Amino acid sequence: MEIDPFVFRLSIFILSIFIGYYVVWSVTPSLHTPLMSVTNAISSVIIVGAIIAALAGNPGSIFDTANIFGFLAIILAAVNIFGGFLVTQRMLAMYKKKKKDK
Amino acid sequence: MSSNLLAIFYLISGILFILALRGLSSPETSRKGNLFGIIGMVIAIGVTFLSVGNFSTGFLYVLIFLLIGGSIGAFIAYKIPMTAMPELVAGFHSLVGLAAVFVAISAFLNPEVFNLGSPGNIKIASLIEMSLGAAIGALTFTGSIIAFLKLRGIMSGSPITFVGQHYLNLALGLTLIGLIFYLCKTQVDTWFWIIILISFLVGVLLIIPIGGADMPVVISMLNSYSGWAAAGIGFTLENSALIITGALVGSSGAILSYIMCKGMNRSFFNVILGGFGGTDQSFSEKGKEQKPVKNGNADDAAFLMKNASSVIIVPGYGMAVAQAQHALREMVDALKKNGVKVTYAIHPVAGRMPGHMNVLLAEANVPYDEVFELEEINNDFANCDVAYVIGANDVTNPVAKSDPQSPIYGMPILDVEKSKSVLFVKRSLSPGYAGIDNDLFYRDNTLMLFADAKKMTEDIIKSL
Repeated sequence: MEIDPFVFRLSIFILSIFIGYYVVWSVTPSLHTPLMSVTNAISSVIIVGAIIAALAGNPGSIFDTANIFGFLAIILAAVNIFGGFLVTQRMLAMYKKKKKDK
Repeated sequence: MSSNLLAIFYLISGILFILALRGLSSPETSRKGNLFGIIGMVIAIGVTFLSVGNFSTGFLYVLIFLLIGGSIGAFIAYKIPMTAMPELVAGFHSLVGLAAVFVAISAFLNPEVFNLGSPGNIKIASLIEMSLGAAIGALTFTGSIIAFLKLRGIMSGSPITFVGQHYLNLALGLTLIGLIFYLCKTQVDTWFWIIILISFLVGVLLIIPIGGADMPVVISMLNSYSGWAAAGIGFTLENSALIITGALVGSSGAILSYIMCKGMNRSFFNVILGGFGGTDQSFSEKGKEQKPVKNGNADDAAFLMKNASSVIIVPGYGMAVAQAQHALREMVDALKKNGVKVTYAIHPVAGRMPGHMNVLLAEANVPYDEVFELEEINNDFANCDVAYVIGANDVTNPVAKSDPQSPIYGMPILDVEKSKSVLFVKRSLSPGYAGIDNDLFYRDNTLMLFADAKKMTEDIIKSL
């Protein structure tokens, strides 16, 4: 009997929850704010769905209702991707160790 | 590009995202982690472009919109002051939520592209996945907007409650489940729109009863929701990068919510059901009769700290409001020149989001190895000469250990009262967020410094 591909995706999902659980517990509390901004950025990988949606359908009519929602989602996700990664970078750059020469 | 190869590339970006989070286990590795995250994103977007293949005019528009969004995001990221980070994160959550809703809508309107069937005849499993994704996305969107407005101060931080609120939420939640069921049965698109509308409403109703200082829980919770929404869409689109990321973000937010609740010794439901602060009036009145406090000025504080051998700084939300972190760092530098050992103690729920204080101190160039979490530093208060409490209140209240009647009883607190003397910078004697009087104000070893946190700290620098 063949296994439904849904079951494979469900397995990926469940295993990722476990990975997430252990990885996030190992995040140092002082970096919890960058953790939130970087999770923001990576969850915007939803943009791949938006791109497919925006380019779907007849190439002659690129602004069908379904495409427009795709384009809107691209803008939103792009704000998040650039904003999320850059602000995380900015924050992480500020975390410095004690200088020894002082 | 074959779909198998595509799936492998998505898996690689999923792994890179895991490494991005893994990097955050220490500040040294975190920057590399962020880079992994960026590479993962570039791969995911790049292979999606290649898979679509037809570089038509539509493709050009995709690039244009990507650049528009990207420049807005980059602009915000560079301009935003560090004190506004909680609002920014709430705002970003709302965008993830809305993007999930939009992708779900286009998948619903044009299911052929995603191999989900045809309009009016979408696969049941896909329909459930996309309506769940859309519903969670929608409530993340409006919930985050409310959180944003509260954090920004546009909306009052005090809880908004009304009779039957929880029953209404429960009824709406059950309605949503019923509607999803009905949608699968009938495939009528009206139900899909109603699901989204009700979810928008639920998002608002869920967040309005939660007060300002519970925001760390709210933000973490919305973080978690945005992850589950992404995962729901990931199932619909059969995209492993999205499923992995959704699961990571979902569990990350859930863990943060748990840590924040534990920091307040409250159950998750207690926070979600809201209404803290308004109900405890009778309790706070009890201790209100005028008890004597010792009132000091900047010179007293400077004298005490200069002659101390060790000082522990306890920052709280008040420091963020007064933007006193830079002045604080200067004060500490001056103290260090006098040979005083200075460390910082951070309570898990200090500020308005997880890690809020740490970011502000990092911004003011405080080395992160001088900053300690509650468990690491709590025993040191007994050996320290001066505790400088700047903008914190409830998290230092010894009543949490002594009075079982108190609403904050059992909450882990910083043992500030054990230090030889306590300097408490505060604008007035008013109680903190929980609405209870802080016993610490009236202790013999406490010196109250009534002033704005930044101004007082600057005055102390002058007297040093």
